[in-house]
Amino acid sequence: MSQQYRTSNGGQINRARSISFTFDGKSYTGFEGDTLASALLANGVHLMGRSFKYHRPRGIQTAGSEEPNAIVELRTGPRKEPNTRATTIELFDGLVAKSQNRWPSLAFDAMAINNLFSPLLSAGFYYKTFMWPASFWTNVYEHVIRRAAGLGTAPTEADPDFYEQCHEHCDVMIVGAGPAGLSAALAAASTDARVILLDEHPLLGGSLNSENFSIDGKPGNEWAAEAVAKLEAMDNVHLMTRTTLFGYYDHNVVAAIEKVSDHLPVPAKGHPRQRMWTFYPGRVILATGATERPLVFGNNDKPGVMLASAARTYANLYGVKPGRRAVIATNNNDAYRSALDLHRAGVNVVAVVDSRQHPGTQLVAELEKLSIRLIAGATVGAAEGRQHVKAAQIVTTQGDTLDPERIECDLIAASGGWNPNVHLHSQSGAKPVYDDSITSFIPGDSRQAEVSIGAAKGSFSLQNCLDQGTAAGAEAAKLAGFKAANIKAASAKDEGAYAIEALWISPTPYNKSFKQFVDQQNDVKSSDVALASQEGYDSAELLKRYTTQGMATDQGKTSNVNTLAILACQRGEPVPEVGITTFRPPYVAVAMGVFAGHTVGYDFMPVRRTAIHDWNEKQGAVFIEAGLWLRARYYPQRPGDTMNDCYIRETNATRSNVALVDVTSLGKIDIQGPDAAEFLNRLYINNWLKLPIGKARYGIMLREDGMVFDDGTTSRLAENHYYMTTTTANAGPVLAHMEQYHQSEWPELDVVFCSVTEQWTGIAVAGPNSRKLLEKVIDIDLSNEAFPFMAAGECRMNNIPGRLFRISFSGELAYEINVPADYGEQAWLELLEAGKEMGVSVYGTEALGTMRIEKGHVAGSELDGRTTAKDLGLEGLANRGKHFIGKHNSERPALLDEGRLQVVGLKSLVVDRNLRIGSQLVDPKVKLATVNQSQGHITATTYSPQLECGIALGLLRDGASRHGEQLDAVFPLDDETLKVEVCHPVFIDPEGELVRA
Amino acid sequence: MLRIECPWCGIRNEDEFSYGGDASVQRPTDDASQDDWYDYVYTRNNPAGRHSEYWHHANGCRAWIKVERDTVSHEIFSVTPASPNLPSGNRED
Repeated sequence: MSQQYRTSNGGQINRARSISFTFDGKSYTGFEGDTLASALLANGVHLMGRSFKYHRPRGIQTAGSEEPNAIVELRTGPRKEPNTRATTIELFDGLVAKSQNRWPSLAFDAMAINNLFSPLLSAGFYYKTFMWPASFWTNVYEHVIRRAAGLGTAPTEADPDFYEQCHEHCDVMIVGAGPAGLSAALAAASTDARVILLDEHPLLGGSLNSENFSIDGKPGNEWAAEAVAKLEAMDNVHLMTRTTLFGYYDHNVVAAIEKVSDHLPVPAKGHPRQRMWTFYPGRVILATGATERPLVFGNNDKPGVMLASAARTYANLYGVKPGRRAVIATNNNDAYRSALDLHRAGVNVVAVVDSRQHPGTQLVAELEKLSIRLIAGATVGAAEGRQHVKAAQIVTTQGDTLDPERIECDLIAASGGWNPNVHLHSQSGAKPVYDDSITSFIPGDSRQAEVSIGAAKGSFSLQNCLDQGTAAGAEAAKLAGFKAANIKAASAKDEGAYAIEALWISPTPYNKSFKQFVDQQNDVKSSDVALASQEGYDSAELLKRYTTQGMATDQGKTSNVNTLAILACQRGEPVPEVGITTFRPPYVAVAMGVFAGHTVGYDFMPVRRTAIHDWNEKQGAVFIEAGLWLRARYYPQRPGDTMNDCYIRETNATRSNVALVDVTSLGKIDIQGPDAAEFLNRLYINNWLKLPIGKARYGIMLREDGMVFDDGTTSRLAENHYYMTTTTANAGPVLAHMEQYHQSEWPELDVVFCSVTEQWTGIAVAGPNSRKLLEKVIDIDLSNEAFPFMAAGECRMNNIPGRLFRISFSGELAYEINVPADYGEQAWLELLEAGKEMGVSVYGTEALGTMRIEKGHVAGSELDGRTTAKDLGLEGLANRGKHFIGKHNSERPALLDEGRLQVVGLKSLVVDRNLRIGSQLVDPKVKLATVNQSQGHITATTYSPQLECGIALGLLRDGASRHGEQLDAVFPLDDETLKVEVCHPVFIDPEGELVRA
Repeated sequence: MLRIECPWCGIRNEDEFSYGGDASVQRPTDDASQDDWYDYVYTRNNPAGRHSEYWHHANGCRAWIKVERDTVSHEIFSVTPASPNLPSGNRED
């Protein structure tokens, strides 16, 4: 029979529209408006999964996002989503869900044997049970724990949907659209304030939809619908459904997740799955309501045990009977509503068990009218049944518990009282305080522009909610700078007092020990709290970490206050003495995809392309990422060409003839002003005051701690005009460094500068025939006399304006031409055209690297932030007679001492074997296992076509004085040892004759 | 999320800025002692409370600014240009 637990009428579901779905492979039907939980309950399905540690059968506890137990795997394939609350999943056609953490099946779970071994899994078991022997960790413990404990499994395919991020400003934000939130929105929106009202449910109204309230003479849900319609029609109101505020951050910034498409089989075309919102509200009103807490009795985790409010929510909102014979257990007046509502829905309410000795007389009369039995001064001591509740064992709360009364039932609807949802208030930096009158925590003093109202403030009467909402909405608008609103609160029928008397833990029948769960998702029992307390973990924060209470995906929404109170009982102190743990975002589990938003895959980072990129692509160049830049790494010429084939060919072509390389990604900074030279003089270790116009100079910058920061050439183009280049990696940091010193330390210097990296395309023309090639297209005299090594100047290349620099990274006769980026590709093509008859070629960053290693130029791998100019053999550049950044700290004794790592060249003594970056340099006479024997390491390697062997640069202790020594280069990860010879880092043309030719 | 009022651009999100270190330390003069220079680079207070720090409006106007911030509550008391010798920002202009 289908939906045998559905009431004959009532509920805010659309009975005309049937929806079919499957759970654990079995097909069911529900109605539009159902959640997965309500639809399963309508079909009599309570068993939802197995618990985390003990694999106990678990069912539905709640009707909202606080659910600890009914968590399922939703959907299949790439859209599979583990650990999803059945109580918040809106039913859609074709929905597929699966229970979790069971094997081989939900009804028979082999791991339930953990239940018998529970003494091994008690508080702190992570620290006690799996300690030794160490060898068991990877092979046994980790394997077994991973399999036995845990929740759902993550999907293995990429998420096909996309996620969005949005930002919005408003004057008043109201979180939660129950009676308080709606009242606040109506009041705030009656001014001109921009109002955002958001709620996590698809239907606005909060408890007005799940309770039988009456406001202004109308049913509560009708009043809510009218209020929503009124707000919807206003231009200054943004209503958001299916939106949960999950984080309250500094400076009143809050974040929410909007589940745009989760209620659909797949998102509509062009729609995101979910959206993350960052809001900048002037004022925040937290009308987040309250969460009911369970009673802590034996076997209180059995399917069929449910929160009292959840039971009536299923009846009222979804038209579902959560059982046929119900026992209501309570310590307050509120749960009497469940008795009345369940009775009205056709559930046989066999007893109301009230732990208070003297329940309110009005309620007693109401039960009498319906012939519902009331047992005062008693509570449920334990639930009976294997996979579902069969009976409740009733014990008295005072005196004898040896002889419980047994009441047969299939539903125990229990209320331990209500906890205001102070999570967001706590996240905002405020401290909740304990309120004895409701035996729970209420908001304390505000730290940010927020206020809590209604049930979130501990005011549980409906009229209070309406009054506080109206007042808070008007006040918030006023504080945000708007004219006060004059609006009257709606009036509700008196619901009577709440009148709670604390009952933190139930007496156990027969004095037997039952498992009494506090945190059902992490399987933490009252006995674990006691044990942790005995072992000294008796502060709230320690207890949480030792027992893992509150650390599951539900963040302990139903368990935190019970745990603290039980701890207080253990310590024999009042609850406020124990304190409360700090709530941290997110309030609900948020998918990583939402935080990533659009920045995934191709859009993860911006891509910077040079003007020559398209040409490179057409040539089939293989690219490498250099920061955000894509640079051509090498150019395969024929099928099967390896990287080695390419860079060796490209290097040989450069050194024997002429070749071009795209060097656009180097940072370029244009510097102008009368004090430009003085500015450079302070930034660089070398002297800049006497650099003539038309000359370039290689410079080294230090950090303030004396370590080398960056290097590059800077040219003087005119009297007060300089043009700096930086390494690709440091283009941004060098600019920021210059800005900081100019703005904070030397604002008196009359100099301006800005990055022009993207304005200019850089092309290096290198090789013995480079002058011959350039002479064909450049309009200035390139003879060695007219344009010598380190010359710089403006020129025209055919009709393209440019700047020419005679600088060389390759060690060959070479030039670098910069042209405006829009001419970049044209300049490249014209150079190739002009050099065609000479056989000009191109090279990528691999050949560039090979030639720089052969020439012994240091680069990023040697400028590792730990090397000084002296370490790099560049101390000769420094002018210590002037002031420069890093001067003083580079003179610290330890940096001048012997024993520092210094740059060296290394030659492989093994034929046909290249060296490896990261290999450690060790004395061949010392055994490998000896500690502390590394004398340095290799920073850059290549095969040298010039030397016809593997060469490298490295950093070696006192390396400058050790040329000629033989060492071992060891790479222990691959058990590789190669013999190397230490040499001068400049392998070719040490006198620099080529570059000056 | 801190919201920092750039003297030139107005209130902007923290992620437009990058942190630039302690602004309470004074860069020594060139003739200062080695110890002063050492302290300037390495010795820092770690106050719980009011703290003066540099921020760089890196994804904005590129200004370096000094922010007086409470390191516990994150309250921001003042934001000024990095150097008092720079003309102060005037957004009304």
